[in-house]
Amino acid sequence: MKFGIVVNEGPYQHQASDSAYLFCKAAVEKGHEIWRVFFYHDGVNNATRLTEPPQDDRHIVIRWSKLAEEHKIDLVVCVAAALRRGIQDENLAHGFRISGLGQLVEAGIQTDRVVVFGD
Amino acid sequence: MNEVKKFLFVNRKAPYGTIYALESLEVVLITAAFDQDVSLAFLDDGVYQLKKGQQTKGIETKNFSPTYRALDGYDVEKLYVEKESLDARGLTEEDLLVDVTVLGSREMGALMDEQDVVLSF
Amino acid sequence: MLHIINKSPLGNNSLDACLRVAASGDILLIEDAVYAATKGNAMEGKVREAMSRLKIHILLPDLEARGLADRIIEGVAKVDYGGFVDLVAANKNCQSWL
Repeated sequence: MKFGIVVNEGPYQHQASDSAYLFCKAAVEKGHEIWRVFFYHDGVNNATRLTEPPQDDRHIVIRWSKLAEEHKIDLVVCVAAALRRGIQDENLAHGFRISGLGQLVEAGIQTDRVVVFGD
Repeated sequence: MNEVKKFLFVNRKAPYGTIYALESLEVVLITAAFDQDVSLAFLDDGVYQLKKGQQTKGIETKNFSPTYRALDGYDVEKLYVEKESLDARGLTEEDLLVDVTVLGSREMGALMDEQDVVLSF
Repeated sequence: MLHIINKSPLGNNSLDACLRVAASGDILLIEDAVYAATKGNAMEGKVREAMSRLKIHILLPDLEARGLADRIIEGVAKVDYGGFVDLVAANKNCQSWL
């Protein structure tokens, strides 16, 4: 089955990004496809490569980058939400790309299920 | 060739206190441009998004409430409001800035059941 | 359909709203919503009542993280993240009550 995922909250502040990541990991382990993860609202903050958590904490941004690379997951950051919050191509982490809201709608159209993680 | 899906946008948050209502509206407009079957549901504090007479000058924030009135220009005409949420806030249909269909809780639940994609922010 | 709740019922009305609206289907409690399925919580009565028409599931890792895995209300189904995926796949659609 093809899944689309929406992440509405930033890393560390809220559990949404962790829950979404663990869901995606479990889904690919079961043989499903994560067709796209769309980052919206403060969720765009998951995409900055300037993130530096303490060493004993999980690195949420790198974790997304790795999962995307291993399973060819399309990580899309909403351009309007990103520009509002200072996320640009210059500080974008590996595996993420910035694009329009149409990519969220397309995920709704092209996948079998959409799951939203937020506040 | 492009499959038409039923998209429901569920709005449960008040405007201005957080950005969710505004950014949700931005997705609604884009979804309509994809020629999908779009409905909007307003429950709980989300019904405050539709309150008439919003004046945002004093908080130096854009008043986006006129956009709800422009939705029918995008062929988004299915706006549903839960009656129990209006009642709990001392509001009636006359307080709202657009024409809506008022549904009871369980009718709202049935509407949700029949969707393909339910987005909430 | 699958209803996903992520807020403690004592600080937010999302579970209440969902129970008001949903006539049938599955509810999955994740993140802070897991507190709703614990014995002695003020929502216990409402949760038990809802179980006659809705199937209630709880994301166990979230309950374990919060130290309440031993207080789960009988009849609430425990799932891991794989079970979460299965629930989404088994239902026609899902809604997160944000």
